[in-house]
This record gives sequence, structure tokens and C-alpha cells, in this order.
Amino acid sequence: MAHSVRRDAPELPDFSLLKRLARDQLIYLLEQLPGRKDLFIEADLMSPLDRIANVTTLKQHDVDKLYKVEHKPIVSTSDQLCFLIRPRIKTVKWICDVVNADKAFGRFRRYKIIFSPQKFYACENLLEEQGIFGDVTTDEWSFYLLPLDDDIISLELPEFFRDYFLEGDQRWVRTAGSALHLLHSVYGPFSKVYGIGRCSKMAYESWREQVEEGEQRARQAEIGNVFLIDRDVDLVTPLCSQVVYEGLVDDIFRIKCGCVEFCPDVTSSDKSIKVMLNSQDKVFNEIRNEHFSQVFGFLSQKARNLQTAYDKRSGMDIKQMKTFVSEELKGLKQEHRLLSLHIGASESMMKKKTKQDFQELLKTEHSLLEGFEIRECISYIEEHINRQVSMVESMRLLCLLSLTENGLLPKDYRSLKAQFLQSYGIEHLLTFSNLKQLGLLVEQQPGETLTVMESRVGKLVNDKTAGKLTDAFSSLAKKSNFRALGRRLNLVPKSDEEYDLRVPRDMAYIFSGAYIPLSCKLIEQVLERDGWTGLEEVTRMLNGHEFAVTAGSNGSDARVKTDSQRIILVMFLGGCTFSEISALRFLGREKGLKFIVVTTAITNSARLLESMLDNHA
Amino acid sequence: MLKESKRAVNSIRSLVEEEDEEDDVEKVSWSGEPVGSISWSVKETESSIRSTGEVRDQSFPKIHTAPSLPKNSSGYSLSSLFKGKAKTGSFQSFSESFGDPSIRNYAPELRKPKSEYKDYVSDWTPEETVKRMQQGKVYSLEKFRSLQDKLLLLDEAVNAHDGNVITAVLIYLKKSLSKEILFRELITREIALRHYIHYLKEIGEQKLLVELFKSMDRTEDMALMQYRDHLNVRDENKKRDFLKNCLSFPFSPDDATHVQDHYTLLERQIIIEANDKQVESSGQADIFKKYPRKASILNMPIITTLYYSCFYHYGESDGTFSSPANIRKTFRISDKQFLLTCLGARAKLKAWFDVDALFTTKNWLGYTKKRSPIGFHRIVDILQKNNAPVQVLQDYVNLVEDVEQKISLAQKYKCHDVIINTYRDLKDRQQLIVYRGKVERGSSEYRKIEEILSNSQLRWKN
Repeated sequence: MAHSVRRDAPELPDFSLLKRLARDQLIYLLEQLPGRKDLFIEADLMSPLDRIANVTTLKQHDVDKLYKVEHKPIVSTSDQLCFLIRPRIKTVKWICDVVNADKAFGRFRRYKIIFSPQKFYACENLLEEQGIFGDVTTDEWSFYLLPLDDDIISLELPEFFRDYFLEGDQRWVRTAGSALHLLHSVYGPFSKVYGIGRCSKMAYESWREQVEEGEQRARQAEIGNVFLIDRDVDLVTPLCSQVVYEGLVDDIFRIKCGCVEFCPDVTSSDKSIKVMLNSQDKVFNEIRNEHFSQVFGFLSQKARNLQTAYDKRSGMDIKQMKTFVSEELKGLKQEHRLLSLHIGASESMMKKKTKQDFQELLKTEHSLLEGFEIRECISYIEEHINRQVSMVESMRLLCLLSLTENGLLPKDYRSLKAQFLQSYGIEHLLTFSNLKQLGLLVEQQPGETLTVMESRVGKLVNDKTAGKLTDAFSSLAKKSNFRALGRRLNLVPKSDEEYDLRVPRDMAYIFSGAYIPLSCKLIEQVLERDGWTGLEEVTRMLNGHEFAVTAGSNGSDARVKTDSQRIILVMFLGGCTFSEISALRFLGREKGLKFIVVTTAITNSARLLESMLDNHA
Repeated sequence: MLKESKRAVNSIRSLVEEEDEEDDVEKVSWSGEPVGSISWSVKETESSIRSTGEVRDQSFPKIHTAPSLPKNSSGYSLSSLFKGKAKTGSFQSFSESFGDPSIRNYAPELRKPKSEYKDYVSDWTPEETVKRMQQGKVYSLEKFRSLQDKLLLLDEAVNAHDGNVITAVLIYLKKSLSKEILFRELITREIALRHYIHYLKEIGEQKLLVELFKSMDRTEDMALMQYRDHLNVRDENKKRDFLKNCLSFPFSPDDATHVQDHYTLLERQIIIEANDKQVESSGQADIFKKYPRKASILNMPIITTLYYSCFYHYGESDGTFSSPANIRKTFRISDKQFLLTCLGARAKLKAWFDVDALFTTKNWLGYTKKRSPIGFHRIVDILQKNNAPVQVLQDYVNLVEDVEQKISLAQKYKCHDVIINTYRDLKDRQQLIVYRGKVERGSSEYRKIEEILSNSQLRWKN
């Protein structure tokens, strides 16, 4: 399955430096609270922390006991407490309770909060209001970027999506800017930045300002170009079922911070094992980007090769055997272990998918993408809801229907919503309100009135007000224009053509040849055109906010095709899926480019939709 | 390794922000491109460029389309003029910028003796204040006292796109403005408003939020916001009362119906739960002995409640709250939905007679016929998932209209009779012969095929 590389692909920069930076800063911060201390760690910071340091590192710096933040009264006996947390009101509130409980008890301790990646004024204000400002010292651990693999860097901020796109809170914009700034300082200078989306634009601005505030050093650029994209430019792609191996593993087992826990079902033993999934795993590395239907064939071929390698032993003399054991056996054993693990995973996924009639589900999804037999799709979704099959899956199908059809007909909306509430609980009224707010699941607006009104009003007033009005309108009627975009960009190949998944011809292979992810198609087009020229109609349908900027006034030398120019950093604001990463890797191989994906978090349909739920107290 | 990463840490110091405040350079920016240059300043700039070896201009252009206060592209240090040293960048004489009105704001400050300088430190403009807040430096909001100043500050924070700062300013405005005035001003400031709403949600200021929505006529938001609180009520009786109270909120007409359902549902669940718990513990009813309840029915969705009722209360008269018919009517459950749920429950109990009755209709001549609002292939699927025996399954496979589908289902679930009869009816001898090869030699199916194949009366098509 070796893909032919079109050109000599450039080497990727070494991102392990980012880990060292984060670790060194954490050590520095821990040393700011000298002496023995207990450390409380926010639950979702634990895995990222694991990737850059271990318990020994912490113990070496006088950390006595480690606790997970659980929002319950604490049992620590230490005189010094250190809290390593995300800047969340809920967590700070809990710390206030801890400190005030100590005070009421007449107990004296020293407290330190380390916010990662930064602190928020709202958190400090809470400390002040609770009367413990000053009793508690605060610090920031600028751990913006966690390299998950050679070409994936995550900000590990899953809440970015809800905070920005649903709540309209721009608290993470500067964080995104700072993350870019860090990359720019270490691997830049960048020569070109492309982007689309309001948040991308703001993140760019924030980054640019930070560059100006700081000093610039001349260095050899390792990353030349940057592409920023808002998640809401393309909400269809993350809602599709993933069928590429890595994406499927994420959909079924949930990869957390580059690590997956395989259940006993997979390991065919009585315990689950945690496995790191990255390019270090040679077997995984070869199948991660493959369509699932191709994986079995590959794995069995691999197993046969392995058998042959083992078989070499027969007929060896002692000396040969000795070399074999010392040189090859370990590698073979390792490969054997990995191979059986991935075969186990594939089997287990196969079983799960057969059980839920995956083929029929995919057929419905593809029909939605194609705009074909929509009534049949609706009755399929309806039955899915009626049978109380997975709530998130039902919601996903409803959203896909709405996004691809530019909203549901009012009568369908009403009936499907009613049935959904009957099947999964009436409190999901709140979920529907959220989905509507974000534009994921909406009723069709009668006619095109809004668009017409918008352009008419736009002509009458000046730019400033027009901008505000457009925002207001777009939030009223966020139209996905999926069909028109699909036609314009050829996202949905003709279904009557046979698609050979073994030798993919385009990025559509990540969805069995049914759909080229919009996000990745945009990136391809903009890189090809070196900007947005010729894509005016497309950007208009995507609500605008596109940009392309070049560094400096004399861009002549920037046009020199150095290696760094062929390394493109793509930043997803609001998360990206493993399928999109696979598509970009494919694009990179085709064009002789290397993509580095920076994302606020790895997402998939379930994570994205679960973040819309309001039914936690 | 450590060394290398230390070096890198140093190179990105501005991120870490560890400069001493005292020493810090006040960055004051003003508008206007440099029109000329004072030689020393240029030299400074040049030498600094040379020292870093930087030749190419690497600054990126602004792309911002939304209007914001005019900004210069780089910061010029005022305090460095006094202290005689520059920490970052280059600086430029202010005299060049005459003609620029904004210069007048700063010019007097420059002439003050150093001793008085401190008094003016907090005289930062909204833009400077926001910038300092973004950089985590000392700032002061107290001087923004007039409404106009407060709003300028807010607008500047919004222009800087930094949600953290926007919220910080809003916290200050919340403390220093009456809520009526603040609400009024927020109506026209969508971005700030959303930050404010999110902040209030996070700190749990429910009451204020309700007032805010009310003042803005966002009544549906208000209703949903209050309804959301039922999630925090644990006790079922209190929750029921809470939901009852919700009925008067200004929901959209559709949502009002749903909330009414929610209340009615919980009210009934409480009654059913109390009754069934008692019946179960007294051991009066066989069904509970045979199939002890795994969980309480409280707070379950409508369909789960219907399933429960079809499982434990099948055949009760329409009048009782716990009967399937009553639940169906009360919550306007569709025929299709009712059938699916009922089928699931009765099949689980292996009550095949009940299953049969679900589909049986009589016409006026008294003939019975099986009908279903959903395709029979689906029914087969559900029955199979509930481990229905082949004898039951094949009845329904037989009802599948599409012949190909019928055969494929029959093969999947090994309903030999259906397959054999279908091929016979299709007069497809070839397929029948093929199928004979698949069944066990000497079995009843095998004999049946033999019998048919040897029947000379049949006219085969092949």
C-alpha cells in the first residue's frame, strides 16, 4: 500500500521541542512554590500532562501527592496546595470553597493556581469576590501546543467549539493567536497566511499583534505557509461517519490524546490495554489512512509475511539462529503484537458495525450528501428515532439532513423534533435550541427573503453597519448552501462511476468515494490558486471572511520555492477529524507537500454533538 | 537538550510575560505613518536590524475589515525616552507627528517632570488599557467613569476581539452601572451581549439573566433558561411542581406543548412508580416476579414509558394511566411508533400471540389479513433481534412483498420453507436445484425439494 510520492516531500520540523518547552516551564512554575506540595490536576489536563512529563518529573520537584480535581472536599494534609487547572469558573469556584473551608477551620496553607494555557479575568474576579485573592497566588502555564504525532498538534481545548460557535465567547481567540505566535517564533517566519472564517481572521489579527509586540529574530523558516479555517465553514464533514481506519477507531473506541483503550473484546484477553496510536506504531502507520475495506487485506498480507519471517528459523544453524534472535526476533515479536492488536480491533469494529446495519446507515448518509431520495432518508431517520437507537446518531443524521438541505421543511422539523423528544427525553428541547442557535439544525426560512433583504440593506448603509447587519442576519439564517457548494467545487462525484478504494483518485476516498470534504477541498483550491481569486462565488456562499496575506512589501523572495514553502500548517479553529487529516495527507502526497495540522482539538461527530447537550446540571 | 529549550523559551519571552512591571516599556501608539526621520532614530533602527541580521520585512498586513480605532503598526516607547534605553523595536520622535490630533493627548505628559509622571500612569486611553489587559500588565478601570468612557472602553475591547478582556470590562460595567443602563447599551452590542450572557450563565446568575432576557423581549430564551433549571431538581415531586410552574412561561407554541407533556409524563410516572413498586414488593403479580424491574420508570422518556407499559401493563383498560392505550392517546404517539414499541416489548416477552394480533385486521367479510404501517422486512428484523424462533419469523418473512428481499431475508434467517415455496411459485427449477445443494441431505427441507422437483404437474420456466 505504499503510495508513490510525486516529488521529494520535505522533512517535517521537529515538534518535540514544544514538549520540552512546556515541561521546562512547568518545572519552573513548580519551583516557584518551594517545598513539598500536593498537586491537584484538572481531569482533562492529565493526559496532555502525561505526554510531556511523568510522575518522576513531578516528584523531583517536591510534588508529594497527586490528585484529580473532582469538585469534592479534599483530604490533603499538605501545607502547600498547587492546582493545575483550565481557566474554568466551575473549578475556580471549587478552589474557593476549599480555601474558605480551610479558613473556617483555622487551617493555614499556601495555595497556588497554575492556569493552563492562560488565566482569565473572570477567574481572578471570582477569587477576589470570594475573598481569597492574595491568599492564593496565580500563574500561567503557557502550554498551548501538544504534538500528538509528527504532523498533528493539538491545543487540547475541546470547549473551544462550544464557547466560540455556540456561546459566541471569544475567550480563546487570543489563545489561538498565541499558539500561532509560538509556532511562528520557533518554526517561522511564515511567508503567507490564508484563511477563512471570522474566528480565523481574529486569530490572525491577534497573532499579528503579538508578533509586533515582540522582537523578531532571523532564522531559517521551517514552515512557510499557513491556512486558518473556522470549523463552521464546514460542519458537514465532521458529522459524516468515518470509514478511514484511524477515524473509525476514533468513532468507535475514542482516541484520547493520541492514546486508545482497547477493550478485552479486542485484545482477546481479560483486560483492556492502552495503546499509543501514532507513526511510531509501524503497523498502524501503514493502515491509518486507508479505507476500512482495504485494511483486512493489508493485515492478512502482513501476517503472511510475518509467518515467512518466522519460518526462516527452520534450517538455521546455531550461529544463524543467534543472529536471528538478537537482530530480528524482537522486531518480529513487536510487529506480531501490533498486528494481532489491529486485527482484533478491526474484527471488533466489523462486528459492531454489522450489528447496527452500518451499510444502510452509510447509504442514507450518501443519499443526503448527494441530495437523492430525501424522503426515504427522512423515513430512515424517523425510524432510527422511533427505535430509540443511539441518541447522538439520530441527532447526527438530523443535522446532516438540515445542513445538506439548507434546513428542514417546517412540518418535517416539527414532527421529527416531537418524535425525538418522545424517544430520548423532553429535556432535549434545550439541545434543539442550541442546535438551532449554531445553525446545525434549523427550519427552512420561507423563500429567500433574508438574503434579498440583506443585500438591499447592505447597499443603503455604509460598511461599518453593513458588517454588523450581515453578522446579525447570518446568525438568523445561517445557510449552509451545501448543494450549491457541492456543485461548484465538485464535492460529490457522480455515483454511477466505480470508485477503486485501493487506488484512490481523490480525497473522496475517505468517504468511500461519495464526498470530498469541503474543508480540505478549500485548502486544495486556495493553495493551487495561491489565494481566493476565482473562488468569489464560493466564499460568498460561505459567508465571506476569507483572506490571503503575504509577509513584507517585497514578496519576491518569498516566492522562491524552498522546502519550507512546501510545508503547510493548517489550523482548524473548533476542531478537526482524523478523516480530514487523512485527506490532507493524501493531498500532500499528490502535490508533493507536507501538511501539519494544528487543531483546537481532535473532534468527531459524537464529540461535536455531545458538546451541544445541555442536560448536565 | 535543556539548554536548547531554554534558549527557545527565551526567544518567546513575550509569551511568558515575565518582565518586571516597573521596568516595563509603556507602549503608546499613535496614528500616522512616519513622515521623515531623525537621524539617530534611523540609525538606531538600522543598527537593530543589522544586529539581528534581519533584512527582509516580515511584518504582516492587517486584514481586519471591521472598523476599529486607527492604529499604528508598531509601538513607540515613550518611557524609553526618559529612561534612555529601548527594550524593543525602534522609536521615533513625536515632533514628526504634528498635525496628527491624537498627539496632543500625550504631548503634555512628556513635559511633566518625572516625579509627577506616576500620577499619569493610569491615564491610559481605552485602546492602551485594552492592550495592557491583553498583555497581562497592570491596568486600571476606575478612571472610566462617564457612561461614554465606559462604552468607549467596551467597544475598544470588542474591537480587540479578546473575549477575556471583553468579559473583564463587562464585569467592571456590571459593578459600576445599574443593570437597566447596562442592558440598554448591550442591546446594540451583540458581541458584548453574548459574552455577558455566557458569563452570567457560568457564574450562575440565573435571576439577572432572566431579567436581561426580559428587558430584551427575548421571552423564549427566558422561558428555556428557566426550564433548564429543572435539571438541578433531584426530588421527583419537587421536579413535578417545578415543571408545573414552567407551564406559564412564554414558550413558543410547539415548545409549550412539549413542556406540558413533560409535566404530565412525570406526574404519571410518579403514580405508576408508586403503584408498581408496591405491587412488586408484595409479590402479587407474576410479571414482576418473572421479570423484576431493573430501574425505576421516573424521568424516562415517553417511549421508554410506553415500552414499560406494554411490558408490565399490557391489556389494561384504556382508563388506567399505566395502560398502553392511555399513554398512546395522551402523548399523541403515531401508529408507527406505537407498533414498533409494542412489538419490541411483546417480542421480548415472547408473547407471539400478542405480536400476531398487532398486525391482524379483519375485513367486512370476516377474513383476516396482516397489515403493517412499516415494511415487514423491518418487523422481521426486530423479531429476529428479540430471538424469535424460525416458525414465527417465517410467517413475517413470507409477508415481505419484494421477492428478492424476501429470499435474502429467508436465507439470512434460514427459513427453508419460505425459500422453497417462493422458488416453486416462481417456477424456478434452477434455483431450487442450487438450493438443494445447500441444505442437509436427507433433511425435511431436502425431501421437500425432491418432492417438488419430481412433481410432473409443475411447469418450470427453466
